[in-house]
Amino acid sequence: MEMEIRTTSVRRKAKTSLTVKAAYILLVLLSVIMIFPFVWMLLSSLKDATQIFKLRFFPEAPTLENYRYILSGSSKFPQWFKNSVIVALCTTASVLFFDSLVGYALAKFSFQGKKLIFLLIVSTLMIPTEMLVIPWYAMARAMKWVNTYWGIMFPGMISAFGVFLMRQFMQTLPDDLIDAARVDGMGELRIFLTIVLPLVRPALATLAIFNFIGNWNAFLWPLIAASKPKMFTLPVGLANFSGEAGSDWHYIMTGAAVAMAPLIVVFLLFQKQIVRGIAMTGLKG
Amino acid sequence: MTLKARKTITAYAFLAIPLVFFLTVRFGPMLYMLAMSFTNWSLMRKIPAFVGFSNYAKVLSDPVFMQSLWNTARYAVFGAPLVIVISFLIALMLDTIPKGKGAFRLIYVLPYITPVVAVSWVWRWMYQPPPIGIINGILGALGLPAGEFLNSTTQALPSILVVNVWVELGYCTTIFLAGLQTIPREMIEAAQIDGANGRQILGKITIPLLNPVILFLTVMEGIQFLRIFTQVYNMSMQAMGGPLNSTKSAALYIYQKAFMYFEMAQAAAASLILFVIIMSITLLQLRFFDRKLSY
Amino acid sequence: MKKALVFAILMAVMAVAVVGAQTVTITYWQYFYESKVKLMDELIKMFEQQNPGIKVEQVTFPYESYNQKVAASIPAGEGPDVINLFYGWLPMYVKAGYLQELPPNEFNKAFFEKNYYNFVAESVEFNGKYYSAPTAVRTLALIWNKKLFKEAGLDPEKPPKTLDELAAYARKLSKYDGQGNLVQAGLAMQPTGQGHNWIREILFRQFVNTPYSKDYRKVTYADDKGIAAFRWYTDLIVKDKVGYPNFATDDVTAFRSGKAAMNIDGSFRIATLNAIKDLEWGAAELPSHNGIKSNYASYWTHAIVAGVSGKKLEASVKFLKFITSPEVQELWLQKVGELPANPSLAVKYKDNPVYAPFFNGLAYAHASQFVDEAGQRTILVDAVDKVWLKKVDPAIALREAAAAEQKLIDEFWKK
Repeated sequence: MEMEIRTTSVRRKAKTSLTVKAAYILLVLLSVIMIFPFVWMLLSSLKDATQIFKLRFFPEAPTLENYRYILSGSSKFPQWFKNSVIVALCTTASVLFFDSLVGYALAKFSFQGKKLIFLLIVSTLMIPTEMLVIPWYAMARAMKWVNTYWGIMFPGMISAFGVFLMRQFMQTLPDDLIDAARVDGMGELRIFLTIVLPLVRPALATLAIFNFIGNWNAFLWPLIAASKPKMFTLPVGLANFSGEAGSDWHYIMTGAAVAMAPLIVVFLLFQKQIVRGIAMTGLKG
Repeated sequence: MTLKARKTITAYAFLAIPLVFFLTVRFGPMLYMLAMSFTNWSLMRKIPAFVGFSNYAKVLSDPVFMQSLWNTARYAVFGAPLVIVISFLIALMLDTIPKGKGAFRLIYVLPYITPVVAVSWVWRWMYQPPPIGIINGILGALGLPAGEFLNSTTQALPSILVVNVWVELGYCTTIFLAGLQTIPREMIEAAQIDGANGRQILGKITIPLLNPVILFLTVMEGIQFLRIFTQVYNMSMQAMGGPLNSTKSAALYIYQKAFMYFEMAQAAAASLILFVIIMSITLLQLRFFDRKLSY
Repeated sequence: MKKALVFAILMAVMAVAVVGAQTVTITYWQYFYESKVKLMDELIKMFEQQNPGIKVEQVTFPYESYNQKVAASIPAGEGPDVINLFYGWLPMYVKAGYLQELPPNEFNKAFFEKNYYNFVAESVEFNGKYYSAPTAVRTLALIWNKKLFKEAGLDPEKPPKTLDELAAYARKLSKYDGQGNLVQAGLAMQPTGQGHNWIREILFRQFVNTPYSKDYRKVTYADDKGIAAFRWYTDLIVKDKVGYPNFATDDVTAFRSGKAAMNIDGSFRIATLNAIKDLEWGAAELPSHNGIKSNYASYWTHAIVAGVSGKKLEASVKFLKFITSPEVQELWLQKVGELPANPSLAVKYKDNPVYAPFFNGLAYAHASQFVDEAGQRTILVDAVDKVWLKKVDPAIALREAAAAEQKLIDEFWKK
């Protein structure tokens, strides 16, 4: 019996090392495919208007001129960057608070209409934004929100996806801690803020990242909500470089590179929290 | 106050503002659009009049709308399964390797975290025909014929679909990998001792245990592909969803109806049709996976 | 002491209020084109100096989303006071009630006939009322890359003069790589650019077809002659392979980067091209055919949005008059490259080497009276795509296009 197990495990180990080698090779190949567009984008951003159309991998005379132009005051890029940051940060803060509040209520409380409310909220995920932008615009105009940060932000202040995530997550929380706090006489809101929220930090981190990213990427609504170029967010501004006067590919690539940078930083800083949070979601979903 | 009463009031209190939000930002506008879809409201006309179902008739008899629905179906039917299957395989591979998981994961997620607009333009730049597109440059160096990609009525949709798959891979892989890592090692080892091979373990243990994850991702990716807009907008000439409407998604059709042709009421009708389709498919998916979950 | 202070503050507040009340701010919208926006900034400064109680705020949008922005904003009441729009959108905007009639005592038939080209006067008028006035007009010309001409052994100072020469030159100027892929277009073929206009107002007529009825309500280009014209165009793509839509992204990018030797483009491109160093280029009148010359004239025009009234209306009218004045038209030519909309001014440039070809085109130009420029453009673009991508016969593609366009026009006038 023991002999059998040992031989099986030896055979398994040999097979496994072959599988592992194959996996490494495939993963590396895949990495090349995933990374290549970014590499090409970066290389293109180092080429000027003439070099950009010469099909060479590396630039003959790499130049940082494109970056200088994009980041200087001559382009509106820095302003767009700032707008994107402000909008993304504010909506993320709001989403973190409200989504977890709703998720908590839906996960840890029982009351009439709970299922219906949850379904209603999740069903909003299926309403295409494209359909809501006209009524949103009419609303923004009536409330004088056009060309304000609020005008760009308001549709994103609470996210149904976040509610979904937080509810799934909160369902796994032990009730005893919360009940004990109640017995101790703690107020509901305090319980939420001081006990529940800290317990769901990984999920909050995940939600924050994904919300920040989603917001940063938003295109259609910011396009309509901001009529003045100085209020554009990055994606809307990026589209500016190609228009009636042809396509300035070297600027577009540089703009794309600059637009990406902060998100990579964000991900690098928070990757651990994200993975942990998702892991818990994977269990509960 | 009883504990139950207090809990109920708290729940409602917590839900108050968010519910108002969803009502005014999501449902209210949707009802507004629903109402408008039965009028002849157009930005070109000041006072709308009731016209019954004629907008729906117009939209459903518009070959361009039908084309856009067909395109959208293809985006979803090919895109979502592709993403999920490939990311699952990647996650499996990542799970087997002892070192470097983090680094690979970072690389695969890179496309997902970047702005879709930026990524669309980078790919559009890569897809350019000779002499300026790099993909064709590589094909040419290998002696292969140039691809038409975004300039072909048959290749354009797959070209855009590939980009969306490339974007979503990292997200799904991360989730799958996390899910895989929650599967208890003992279960797998026990099965291996019992003589189960890799495929059996996959089929009888791994996949069933990952069902919630698969369900979550199928729903998410399905909706994502059904709503595809930004990539199509930024990767087709003059954002037309061409060539010859071959890439136009339903969402782009709606946008054009509203903002290029100013036919708000028809756009509303089209949006509602799209909404019903997305809703039905999602409900079907939930039903299907719900049955599989019991074990 | 206190009383005096209060009094002083009151006075100051009143003074500010009075001054504030006297300053009228109007908004002006136009799409983003660098030279136009820069010039408009300068013009606004000039105008504000001449009119102390008026402030003008310029807001611009990317070209692609401009029409959409307007469509969403004006009915929501968030539009500008004065708006710059493509003349092709006038029918739509007037019909929708977006614009108001210009003061008829000044902007009447006599005024337009005296100060503007015929094609302008015809296209800004609806039911006897005049809704807008332009600063500048543009026409099309043939532009060519002198260096590429030299490389191909052609005389860089002798551009083709007829369509047959054009085709022959294009074939000579096209280059291919080892796999037969086009790497240099002899002639950029871009219907989404000016190509559709070249087909619509020039090629059809040069093959002795009249594309539309005089009021542009009937589509008449799908007869044998029109089909011959269309086939001539698509043959350049399909048979001669001298260029194809979206080569090097688009025709402008292709020409700017030296990947296209020739292009049909408008005078608005002049400033852009001049800004590129190492680009030796020239402009010539559009090639003729069968001895027929034709051109397409277009213009962006200014209008006053409906609902603007009172002091803002006064200010808007003043601003409109300023930006369409002769002095501004001259400045516009220098800084943007679009020709003065006033014939007596434009005539001064008839011998200017760069502007002459565009200017000469004005004499025989037509300005298509679109009901839906985007829609009608798409129809022709799709027709070319059908022939090029789906191998549909040009006759069939053009007939389908004519039917689709007729339907579009009919529906517009029916409402």
